[in-house]
Amino acid sequence: MSNVLVIVETDGSGAKVSALPGITAGQQLAAKTGGELHLLVLGSSPGAAAATVAEAGYGAAQVHTVEHADLEPFTAEAWSDAVVEVVRALGVTAFGGTASSALREVVPRAAALLDAPMVGEITTVVGASAFTREISAGRAIAQFEVKGSPFGFTARASDFEPAEPGGGAASVQAQPAPSVSRRGAAVVGVEKTESSRPGLTEADVVVSGGRGMREGENFKVLEELTDLLGGALGASRAATDAGMVPADLQVGQTGKVVAPNLYFAVAISGAIQHLAGMKGSKTIVAINKDAEAPIFQVADYGLVAKWEDALPKLVELVRARKG
Amino acid sequence: MKILVTVKRIPDPDESLKFANDAIDSSSSKWVANAFDEYAVETALRLAEKIGSKDRLAEVIVLSICPKDKRQHVTQFLAMGADRGVVVDADDTAMDSQSVAKLIAEVFKKEGCDLLLSGKLSQDAEGNELAQRVAGLLDLPQAAFAATVSWDQGNNSLTIGREVDDGVETKTLPLPSVVSVDLRIVLPRSVHNGVTPDDHKYSEGARLASLRGITMAKRKKVAVHTPADLGVTPTANVVYAKVVAPPAREAGQMVDSVEALVDKLVTEAKVL
Repeated sequence: MSNVLVIVETDGSGAKVSALPGITAGQQLAAKTGGELHLLVLGSSPGAAAATVAEAGYGAAQVHTVEHADLEPFTAEAWSDAVVEVVRALGVTAFGGTASSALREVVPRAAALLDAPMVGEITTVVGASAFTREISAGRAIAQFEVKGSPFGFTARASDFEPAEPGGGAASVQAQPAPSVSRRGAAVVGVEKTESSRPGLTEADVVVSGGRGMREGENFKVLEELTDLLGGALGASRAATDAGMVPADLQVGQTGKVVAPNLYFAVAISGAIQHLAGMKGSKTIVAINKDAEAPIFQVADYGLVAKWEDALPKLVELVRARKG
Repeated sequence: MKILVTVKRIPDPDESLKFANDAIDSSSSKWVANAFDEYAVETALRLAEKIGSKDRLAEVIVLSICPKDKRQHVTQFLAMGADRGVVVDADDTAMDSQSVAKLIAEVFKKEGCDLLLSGKLSQDAEGNELAQRVAGLLDLPQAAFAATVSWDQGNNSLTIGREVDDGVETKTLPLPSVVSVDLRIVLPRSVHNGVTPDDHKYSEGARLASLRGITMAKRKKVAVHTPADLGVTPTANVVYAKVVAPPAREAGQMVDSVEALVDKLVTEAKVL
């Protein structure tokens, strides 16, 4: 068997948008291995979400569910137990999904339990056991060869299109509830960053500010531009470390990797670690008062100006265009 | 409490990369400690020390898998304040992460540790696997991407604030357990050990070694093991087939006004 298993995170009623690139990576991998695509939905009552996923099909042969009270809220400990059982029961060649914060915890733990190799944050599927991924903050692209099976993978969301429904409905198969355990860990809660804006990794437009913004209050003008364009707000590490904006807005090697159609880097110098997080963007605009800033080397359009002068004007012109 | 901190040596990430024969040529690189591991050691020291006293609440052991004659980074962490070192004499670049994880797990058991701290990833390979793998191998609870940690000595547990995609998750872990740290763990108030006053503000970032620390480091013990001693036969089930430079972005253009910028975005890039 050379089947591929993709773990699909859900919001309780269907696949999370963020899970869809991982399904695409699974489809591509199954095409290379010549095997079937199988999907896995975990939860305390995964039935409804699994039914929606199965209806959408995504080219999968089957959607498997594991139902257990300890699978919600998410913990890497319990989820890894379930993934390991299903990987063994189905005898799949590969298992993985989108490189979300959840699967970046689960896939390596499950791989260790299976004594299996893995490749994280893949950017392309080259062959049945060959992948590329970026290393050294995006300064090099490595092609990896994985030996043996099963093996794990996580796919970088910005490098795979979201999977589209299609290929006919898949059947739903409940897997026996394995013994899963949180190992005494408990999730108290998640303090969500409330936002009416699209998620950073899903947004079509991202407007980021850097150290040069000086204080959080000054991000207001960036937020104006963000909202006019229906985009997401981002920031460099310098800005999040300084506490100007919450840390989950950070774009870079140490934050989120984004690849929107349009990226604004405002008062961002362009450290290697920031570039690693945004250089896949289609059109990059840099506004910085320092003409020597490295950000201009990756920008499609560069404007040497103080943000205090340029941004209000930019907001005004964009607003005029948007009517 | 015994805290084991994993540390890795990497080619200086501020040097430009050299490519040769479809690989990165690091033969002339300066080797430095991985920044996330510095944060992990800093976290361990903040947990262990009692500000205003010489008492220590925990022993901090740094562990590296590296050739035994290339352990300057271990000495650096001893100078920073770690109590002793363990080196597994092997070429970590020639083995996969499962093998490295097995070596770490064996040292953790041998030393009878209560907590493994590691950086969330290394700046060169960016695997982001080790802490999770070790937790799996040791059958322990885990928290990856920690931004805050509070030690509750009475309950022998940790409360971790973890960076997740949609915010910060709060997770409690009984000890022993495994934690990987993210950047914000070295902000001034990210680590609480229950003894150092809660309003104590650390300097941001990992501390520098003091002159006294550097002198002391030479006298601190570093145990050397081999993979064979630890009962591990390293494998290489993930191999680099080739490593190349990313395609360069085409040079962009400079515009001289906001009006010109908007005009280009509308008519040329067609994104507005």
